[in-house]
Amino acid sequence: MSDTLSLVKSKGRALVGQRLFLPLFALFLVLIVNVIKTPAFFNISIQNGVLYGYIIDIVNRSSELVILAVGMTLVIATGGIDISVGAVSALSAAVCVRLLGSSYDSYATPMVLAILAALTIGMICGAFNGLLVSKLRIQAMVATLILFTAGRGVAQLISAREIGGKMVPGQIIYVRMESFKGIGGFLPRVIVPTPVFIAAAVVLIFYLVLTRTALGLYIKTVGINSRAGRLVGINSTFIMFLGYVLCGLTASMAGVISSSRIYSSDANNIGLNMELDAILAVALGGNSMAGGKFSLAGSVIGAITIQALTTSLYAMGVTADQLPVYKAIVVVLIVSIQSEELKRWISARGGKKA
Amino acid sequence: MKETDMLTMRGIHKEFPGVKALSNVDFTLRKGEIHALMGENGAGKSTLIKVLTGVYPLDRGDIRVEGIEGAVINHSPEEAQKNGISTVYQEVNLCPNISVAENISLARQPLTKWGAVKWKKMNKTAEAALEAVGLKIDVTKTLGDYSVAIQQMVAIARAVDVQCKVLILDEPTSSLDDQEVKKLFEVMKSLKNQGVSIIFVTHFLEQVYEVCDAITVLRNGELVGRYDVAELPRVQLVAKMLGHEYDDLAQIRSQGGESLSGESRETILDARELTKAGSIRPFDLEIGKGEVIGLTGLLGSGRSELARLLFCADKPDRGELSFKGEAVRAHNPIDSLKRGMAFLPEDRKEEGIIGDLSVRENLIIALQARTGMFKLLPLSKQNELADKFIKILSIKTASAETPVSQLSGGNQQKVILGRWLITDPDFLILDEPTRGIDVGTKAEIQKLIVQLAREGMTIMFISSEIEEMLRTVDRLCVLCDRKKVGELKNENITQHNVMAAIAGGNQ
Repeated sequence: MSDTLSLVKSKGRALVGQRLFLPLFALFLVLIVNVIKTPAFFNISIQNGVLYGYIIDIVNRSSELVILAVGMTLVIATGGIDISVGAVSALSAAVCVRLLGSSYDSYATPMVLAILAALTIGMICGAFNGLLVSKLRIQAMVATLILFTAGRGVAQLISAREIGGKMVPGQIIYVRMESFKGIGGFLPRVIVPTPVFIAAAVVLIFYLVLTRTALGLYIKTVGINSRAGRLVGINSTFIMFLGYVLCGLTASMAGVISSSRIYSSDANNIGLNMELDAILAVALGGNSMAGGKFSLAGSVIGAITIQALTTSLYAMGVTADQLPVYKAIVVVLIVSIQSEELKRWISARGGKKA
Repeated sequence: MKETDMLTMRGIHKEFPGVKALSNVDFTLRKGEIHALMGENGAGKSTLIKVLTGVYPLDRGDIRVEGIEGAVINHSPEEAQKNGISTVYQEVNLCPNISVAENISLARQPLTKWGAVKWKKMNKTAEAALEAVGLKIDVTKTLGDYSVAIQQMVAIARAVDVQCKVLILDEPTSSLDDQEVKKLFEVMKSLKNQGVSIIFVTHFLEQVYEVCDAITVLRNGELVGRYDVAELPRVQLVAKMLGHEYDDLAQIRSQGGESLSGESRETILDARELTKAGSIRPFDLEIGKGEVIGLTGLLGSGRSELARLLFCADKPDRGELSFKGEAVRAHNPIDSLKRGMAFLPEDRKEEGIIGDLSVRENLIIALQARTGMFKLLPLSKQNELADKFIKILSIKTASAETPVSQLSGGNQQKVILGRWLITDPDFLILDEPTRGIDVGTKAEIQKLIVQLAREGMTIMFISSEIEEMLRTVDRLCVLCDRKKVGELKNENITQHNVMAAIAGGNQ
């Protein structure tokens, strides 16, 4: 009897000790609350030939954040941070939409080229950040602050439109062609939203690159002890640089999806505050902000948790302006249950009582 | 406690988790004496000072200070200061952005009853305090405007200003030039004449003989002895610091290895006039294939710096280096690695282990870096290598997947050694591979060095422990004051010769 009990206990402890246990537990908690408050939460139906329901909405809406969180994870693992991803998303979206044009009949540039251009812009922005941080050794927060502020400004310049004979920047430019909507919406005869496929593909490709080459090992090494890494022959400058380039790439992907959702480029709103959610996703995933070991899966779960939280709060009737308050309360709770210090404190108190 | 004593410490014990930092150490400081505290790294000098000044709590022992009834136990540097013991550290612990006067009276400025600072009074007090150390400068100027030497004097003035009986100078000269050192010595002598007793921690032998009256030597946390400077020749001092009496240990070495064909070796590495400003002066060095070459010298003599230049861990300013007959142009560790070099750095924690990574990952990382990022070593191959080297080096670890940070120091060192052996290098540089690890592991590493050399590997071995070097090396380079001062070969490598060379040759 006591044997089975101890077996259950040790199995339980092994489960709790797993790296991904807490992130999953947090997501589970958010979903459980939903089941109680909104019984229809898990209902999935097919309407107008596509999947429909809260869960589908969460997975769909979290796509951009998942993609951003993947890039952010790499940057944070090297010991850095990138607060410009939201602005880079907006900039890439503006470039993409500008190139596509607003004609009803045809694209000004083929869609593939426009998207490639947007992704290139994202990587250039990432390279700029990477250069400042890895080569010039500017603090990551300060270095990426430059594009955080400037990126959106440039996006507005690109989104200029002629009004009354003058070019006025900061306009919302619409893409009128139907096929562009497929990226952020649905492909013909497919019932799952396209962004879900894109996000899944991004996660899979990054996972493969990180585990099938030595890049993952190098990134961890640079984040844990870059001086030791240098002596064993790892070019830590280049690895850090690469992290930022990849982060810029993911930011531009997220930007293109966002602009497709609203079939326009809105330089003021695309990717707004997304950098904070992306950083939060990495943190919720149980990754250390000091760099080093990282878990891509953790960040993905973190991203989905954030979106689940947002969607649930809306489902419970919380208004958009009140949302950040509730979100903050839940985030404090989630981050607290992952705190080592709190665990120690609780076990110390428990020890005293016993 | 005798009439002439200013400070006595008796039976001092201090233990850190797993390490005996001080065991049963006695220390006596007489009135008006400059007393050198000597010992190599890890001897326990700083621990003794920190126990005295209350930075660390004392485990056991008795400290008495002249003029104070009963035992003195300081719980903080502030309390030590109240008891008349002030410390000036190697790094100036003052604020460079405020005036000299403010620094001197920091946290004890003269105030009016409204709480405002009495500037004039404060400046006057500061001037008086500086005069006591023989310094006349504008006290209203910002401290940062003055040279490091002056800042150091200001720190001393501040320390002495608080009814100081015992002044501790912890390596005050390491950042000063010759002129500045001279000036500092004058101040020390004048303080001594005013009745202040000074504890002087330094690595520079010359300075000890120039300014000190007595020497206490520590080694491995134990007291070696207290000596009058006049009665202890330099060679003897070095012997006491490094821990061996005079007897010739050459025969031990001949037991270790006998393949000393000397000049007939083919040159593997050749350095000409290689130098880096502020780290090592120009040196020539030729190393033969299969040779075990030792670098010796006291701490700060430039032995690590020399090794780092050879591995290109640091970039040289000038000079030429060739390896295996080819001139070295690309100065990056990865290039050295590809050439067949390996380098175990002195600072295991900062430059060696990659803490959160597993033992396996730590072992294969150098080989992986040489293979290239896109050719990940298959996991089966990684496991095979890891298991093999865990066994060869008998690394004590729960498994190959245990984070290396959970291993003991000695086993961590073996992991780093294994990391380089996996790359099968032609030239292996070992900078203090045996520091801070237990005796058994030390012996294993020494044996391994001799064995690897027999198999044809060229090895550069750096160690503070002379005996260890005598046992393993074919040739010994002696460094002093960042300069290569000599070489000892074969039968000339004796304890006496080595210590004489380190001490400066002529004594």
